[in-house]
Amino acid sequence: MKRRLAVSCGALALALLVGGCASVPAGGAAPTAAQKSDPWEAWNRKVFAFNDAVDNAVVKPVAEGYNKVVPQLVRTGIGNVFGNIGDVWSTANQFLQGKVQYGFEMTMRVLVNTLFGLGGLLDPATEMRLTRKSEDFGQTLGRWGMPPGPYLVLPFLGPSDLRDGVGLAVDLHVASPSRLADTTAGAYEISALQLVHTRADLLATTQLVGEVALDRYSFIRDAYLQRRLDQVYDGAPPLENFDDSDDTPPPKKQ
Amino acid sequence: MLKKIFTSVAALAFVAAASAADVAPDAFVRQISTDVIDTAKADKAIQGGDVGKIIELVDAKVMPNVNFEAVTRSAVGPKWREATPEQRSKLQSEFKTLLVRVYAGALTQIKDQTVEITKTQPVPGGSQVVVQSEVRGKGEPIKLDYRLDKGDAGWKIIDVNVGGIWLVTSYRSQFAQELSTGGIDALIAKLVERNSKPAGGKS
Repeated sequence: MKRRLAVSCGALALALLVGGCASVPAGGAAPTAAQKSDPWEAWNRKVFAFNDAVDNAVVKPVAEGYNKVVPQLVRTGIGNVFGNIGDVWSTANQFLQGKVQYGFEMTMRVLVNTLFGLGGLLDPATEMRLTRKSEDFGQTLGRWGMPPGPYLVLPFLGPSDLRDGVGLAVDLHVASPSRLADTTAGAYEISALQLVHTRADLLATTQLVGEVALDRYSFIRDAYLQRRLDQVYDGAPPLENFDDSDDTPPPKKQ
Repeated sequence: MLKKIFTSVAALAFVAAASAADVAPDAFVRQISTDVIDTAKADKAIQGGDVGKIIELVDAKVMPNVNFEAVTRSAVGPKWREATPEQRSKLQSEFKTLLVRVYAGALTQIKDQTVEITKTQPVPGGSQVVVQSEVRGKGEPIKLDYRLDKGDAGWKIIDVNVGGIWLVTSYRSQFAQELSTGGIDALIAKLVERNSKPAGGKS
């Protein structure tokens, strides 16, 4: 657990260090909106490639094996338990953000799942329309007014931004399921299981992104930033204008 | 019981949609999404993961309701002005193939979920509307929004939002990258290359 904290602190320190060296990209063309949110693109792409290599070599094969070997029912149970633990932290964040109604609903959800769902193994709360409303500390910071800051790809942990990197450090330190373990070995085992389970859940999605993105790095970046904005606003971000001004006829050939 | 009600509402919407120009935007979306999802759930081949069949389904039921010219125009951006008619038509057809794959890929992950429309809100400053819906099943509901524009032929989809991510907007920056390095022909080549890879294959 201390090691985990060290890793997240290290990642954070690295982020701040690189932030000190960030400069406006030189070049003639005006920066696109995407470039404005990603001034550290050169660094991010390198980390992205590194994460990909680690994923392809280790994490993805283990996750695929997990899917093959572990029956769906067990995987659903595991997902529910992790989800329930996550719901506790979400509840805290709902209150931190001043969303009292959601906070109470999430409290009910956790209670129902823990008491009637065999300690979180089952998910009767969803059937009772007490659906999950995830919150994390990054969203709380966003709600409190902290802007996301530059896009940041964290080693091993993947896409983030400066604000969410800070949030993640808090999430991991305060609310990681590995805290429930009595021994350090147990903590590592829980963290490893959570990692493999999450990766297995995302296998189909990452496969799809690989097929339909022209450039995976920028697709994932834009998807991540849009999704975080949506999450901070709880599904109601300000609507952009649909850019459709160009109904001009095509140029005539010579 | 609920499903029966849902299906009959969908059927009613279908009948009402016969006069396409008069249908309300949320009824329009409800008709398409329940139609697609019910067909996907009932078809054994699709449930087994047959991507080819899903692509056919999307092509037949969803794509006719999308305004592809507006979608492609928006994703390509200012360079659209410089594109010749052949380039425009090629961009449109390649992008359509790509979008069908995206939608079909997302559909393969639907097992027991239901879709429920939550809200319809107009976009200020035009005839556009955003219909918000949720895919509900296990775990957290997934947001699924449609941006519609009213044309002469009735409502058409011009963008789709899955889980907070607007698809056409995402492709806009993807395209911008290709366009700035290699121009329109490079973009077309990249789209053709992407579409030539088999869809939904085991990695």
